[in-house]
Amino acid sequence: MADEAHGAADEGGLVFHPMDQFIVKPLFGGDTVGLFTVTNVTLWMALAVLAIFALLVISTSKRAIVPGRGQSIAELAYGFIYKMVEDVAGKDATPYFPYIMTLFMFIVCSNFLGLLPMSFTTTSHIAVTAIMAMAVFLTVTVLGFVKHGVGFLSLFWISAAPLPLRPVLALIEIISYFVRPISHSIRLAGNMMAGHAVIKVFAGFAAVTLIAPVSVLAITAIYALEVLVSFIQAYVFAILTCVYLKDALHPHH
Amino acid sequence: MEGDIVQMGAYIGAGLACTGMGGAAVGVGHVVGNYLSGALRNPSAAAGQTATMFIGIAFSEALGIFSFLVALLLMFAV
Amino acid sequence: MATDTSGEHISPDKLEAAGMCVDSNGGAIGMPQLCPDWMGNQIFWLVITLVVIFLILSRVALPRIAAILAERQGTITNDLAEAENLKARAVEAEDAYNQALADARTEALRIAAEAKAEIQAELNVAIEKADAEIAAKAAESEKAIAGIRAGALDSIREVATDTAAEIVGALGGKSDASAIADAVEDRMKG
Repeated sequence: MADEAHGAADEGGLVFHPMDQFIVKPLFGGDTVGLFTVTNVTLWMALAVLAIFALLVISTSKRAIVPGRGQSIAELAYGFIYKMVEDVAGKDATPYFPYIMTLFMFIVCSNFLGLLPMSFTTTSHIAVTAIMAMAVFLTVTVLGFVKHGVGFLSLFWISAAPLPLRPVLALIEIISYFVRPISHSIRLAGNMMAGHAVIKVFAGFAAVTLIAPVSVLAITAIYALEVLVSFIQAYVFAILTCVYLKDALHPHH
Repeated sequence: MEGDIVQMGAYIGAGLACTGMGGAAVGVGHVVGNYLSGALRNPSAAAGQTATMFIGIAFSEALGIFSFLVALLLMFAV
Repeated sequence: MATDTSGEHISPDKLEAAGMCVDSNGGAIGMPQLCPDWMGNQIFWLVITLVVIFLILSRVALPRIAAILAERQGTITNDLAEAENLKARAVEAEDAYNQALADARTEALRIAAEAKAEIQAELNVAIEKADAEIAAKAAESEKAIAGIRAGALDSIREVATDTAAEIVGALGGKSDASAIADAVEDRMKG
């Protein structure tokens, strides 16, 4: 997304603008970004919605018993996440399956759309991932207290440990519990940002004729890694949501 | 002049912070390596533990991402 | 790196217009992720996006996929039941065939045994008949032989009596017919 011309004017020679691709820009002119301004964030989130719609709704519109390609992918995604929720969070977590599916599909589509050249990666922004992680954290905490009342606090009181150790462990558990949304959100945003920034840095090296081939090869390799990371981070986000959900539903270790 | 020194310090700090990512790399490698050796010993139990492996990777990788974040903050936000 | 954190040579009016996070050339100042001006916008659109995705998934996509999967499962179960049914029928048919085969074999055995018995009976009758005939013939022959033998004895006795009477007459004796007859009888017995 960077305007490559401006850097050269500044200093000349080798210039990197690895962060310029993350700039939020208004889509229809104007400079200020208000709350309701239609920006590139809007565009790429809308594209993610369209991608999800195409993948899960249009491809299954035939309701074929013997599935075609698109329908196979939709069924695969459904089965994958459903099995994960069932395995990790337990059978009684299946009512929350649509929430986890929503998060997973949004993240995986945004990640893959962000890999298109000149695109904007919505999931690389901490504001976006932090909202999702906080939503998960608050939902899970509220759910735990609603389901178990004060008994939810037994999550921090590890009865398997020796009694003198328990207060120490409880402190550690509480800290780790409140670090959850931070690590949950920064993991995703950091992975996305790091990958894209590294690709951009190698793209900057491509301007030097001597190392351009190496740089292009490196971009290719890192791009392949990023495709993998895009999926794995979406999977990890979903599976950690399941783990937190399991803690809320079954706080007793 | 003073600003330059601050900036230099920030960049040096960013470089130092990046060494933390090496630790995350070691951790992730450890997790996957142990998973693999266990899986080769008992392949039938491997499929059920893949999710656990990914959770372990995620936790150890998060710390590397934190150090990366510190580096970025030093470079761009200080 | 190339990012200008001090922001000294950015004209104030530009800064005002673009907000605090973009320099005059459109490059990023600091991390765009940490720019507070943009967060509200991102959060707003994110919430809308997530709500839309959630509605699409929970209202349309997930029930439909679940229905497809359930339907497929049902079809597979039905097909399996059908196959099971067909298999049972095949087994049944095979049983019937085997039964028919066994029946036919018993029938054939029975018919063979019957024919054998019949033949045996006929044979027995023929043998009996032949035996009777042979016995009759033998008896007849016996009788003829007995007759012949009796005839021969009488002739011998007559000849012997005559001869004895002649001899006795020739020797000058007085032939006593009864004595001669007794003597002949005596000799014949000896």
